[in-house]
Amino acid sequence: MERYWNKTVETMNREQIQALQLEKLRVAVQNVYAHVPYYRKKMQEKGMVPDDIKTLDNLSDLPITTKQDLRNTYPFSMFAVPMENIVRIHASSGTTGKQTVVGYTRRDLDVWAECVARCFVMGDADTSSRVQVAYGYGLFTGGLGVHYGAEKLGATVIPASSGNTQRQITMMIDFGVTHLCCTPSYALNIAEVMREMGHTKDDLKLVAGSFGAEPWSTGMRAEIESQLGLRAHDIYGLSEIMGPAVSHECRYQNGLHIWEDCFIAEITDPDTGEPVKEGAMGDLVITTINKEGIPLIRYKTRDICALNYETCECGRTHVRMSKPAGRTDDMLIIRGVNVFPSQIESVLLSIGEVQPHYQILVDRVNNLDTLTIEIELNDEMFSDNVKGIEEFEKNVSRQINSVLGVNAKIRLVEPKSITRSEGKAKRVIDRRNM
Amino acid sequence: MFKQITVFIENKPGRLAEVTGCLADENVNLHALSIADTTDFGILRMIVSDPDKAGRVLKENNFMAQTTDVVAVAVGHNPGSLHTVLRELEVLNISIEYMYAFTSRHKAYDAIVILRLANQDMVVDKLKGSGIPVLGQELLDSLNEA
Repeated sequence: MERYWNKTVETMNREQIQALQLEKLRVAVQNVYAHVPYYRKKMQEKGMVPDDIKTLDNLSDLPITTKQDLRNTYPFSMFAVPMENIVRIHASSGTTGKQTVVGYTRRDLDVWAECVARCFVMGDADTSSRVQVAYGYGLFTGGLGVHYGAEKLGATVIPASSGNTQRQITMMIDFGVTHLCCTPSYALNIAEVMREMGHTKDDLKLVAGSFGAEPWSTGMRAEIESQLGLRAHDIYGLSEIMGPAVSHECRYQNGLHIWEDCFIAEITDPDTGEPVKEGAMGDLVITTINKEGIPLIRYKTRDICALNYETCECGRTHVRMSKPAGRTDDMLIIRGVNVFPSQIESVLLSIGEVQPHYQILVDRVNNLDTLTIEIELNDEMFSDNVKGIEEFEKNVSRQINSVLGVNAKIRLVEPKSITRSEGKAKRVIDRRNM
Repeated sequence: MFKQITVFIENKPGRLAEVTGCLADENVNLHALSIADTTDFGILRMIVSDPDKAGRVLKENNFMAQTTDVVAVAVGHNPGSLHTVLRELEVLNISIEYMYAFTSRHKAYDAIVILRLANQDMVVDKLKGSGIPVLGQELLDSLNEA
């Protein structure tokens, strides 16, 4: 029997969802027009007034919001409420420029916790669950966002934050932790350290986990599931929109349900910006329709995915986004070919011997892009002669080329020589712009 | 069959010294070594006084190390003795993947050649049948005593 946190909302039919979305969208647009001068100006430039929103199709007439808009309004000019109503601030890491700041009202935090609680129930948690939150706590939305949702659900929360991996494992064993939340790369690190400590997954009571904040392949999922003995769900979010729990996978692991009573999702063509036909891949664009602090209209997430409106086997009607391959910021262009690091990961992990310890190096030699993939050697791919190792390298290179159409030099490196992640893994070192 | 320790080493300054350091700390003696090198990595092959211990210690220190079965043959420390063995391999149509040789102070085993053969498991009996002395534990014991 499928359990829900909020069955009425999670299983409402498409007509109900659309009626609700139109009503909330109209309110949201009126709100930003009245309270965010930056939006009023953008709409006026397009010759639009809030009353132009008559159907959901009018959404695509509204201007797009980008990360640059948030930088232009740094720190608080995008907020739609007075600062005395803001009860918390989060900020992005700012690795690709000035950090972006978001603010939450008390009601925003309640809505966020509601979204997280729905995700946890979808991920098989209930009040008897023991949830270890190994996302970093702080300005990053991962730790605190998941924390309050798990508390709202009534689970027992262990606010471990990231790092101190041996202690994480000791707590998981001693406290009988059933649910783990962290980045997928940190989950693998935990599994590895657990084995080094002489434990096996049988010492754990893990049932499921919600892993996100970085793109990961289905091969990676299989590794995490087999090494930790749990079902691994993808959890998606971004601070600009809310944080983790914008969407989450159910047990069928066939797309992430986006909470459509809070967010309207669209897919636009990366080249033209026009809406794509239903089911096609493109840029995920999200409008928040249940947010007070920093409501965003048509925010370009820079994630590439497709939407599936069919009702899921789990009974939830909310649209599913395909597992995102990665942010467009992370996309590599190697001699004109677009490649996501997660696609490289997929190919690597489809080769049985390869474990997910790898690093992608991009360089420019004589004005040509070069791609080198370092993979940690293990017993299965080891050979006592040079030919054996070189043949393995060539075989990997051939598969990368046949699937992704790029030439990659494969270099096997010694065990444990690639840095283990405690948060967002640094998979790519691009030295072209250094 | 004879046990060789095989180690994958990235081409980085000091890396080989870390291998020899690990072995020195555990009092493992080296009888012979050979390195196959490429631009990016080398494969270090060693005959050591205690292969099991050496393999364990290197793994504990995060080296990619394995024990590999090789064929050890005593050839005699005089002109033409290696040639005799290699001619016999040719006659038997046995290919060599790699080989290296060393000398020792032990009278019976003053020159030893280590061979890694193609399809080794299948051809080693042919080799024994031809009268070439394929050595095992007795060789290591002698080397360790000498």
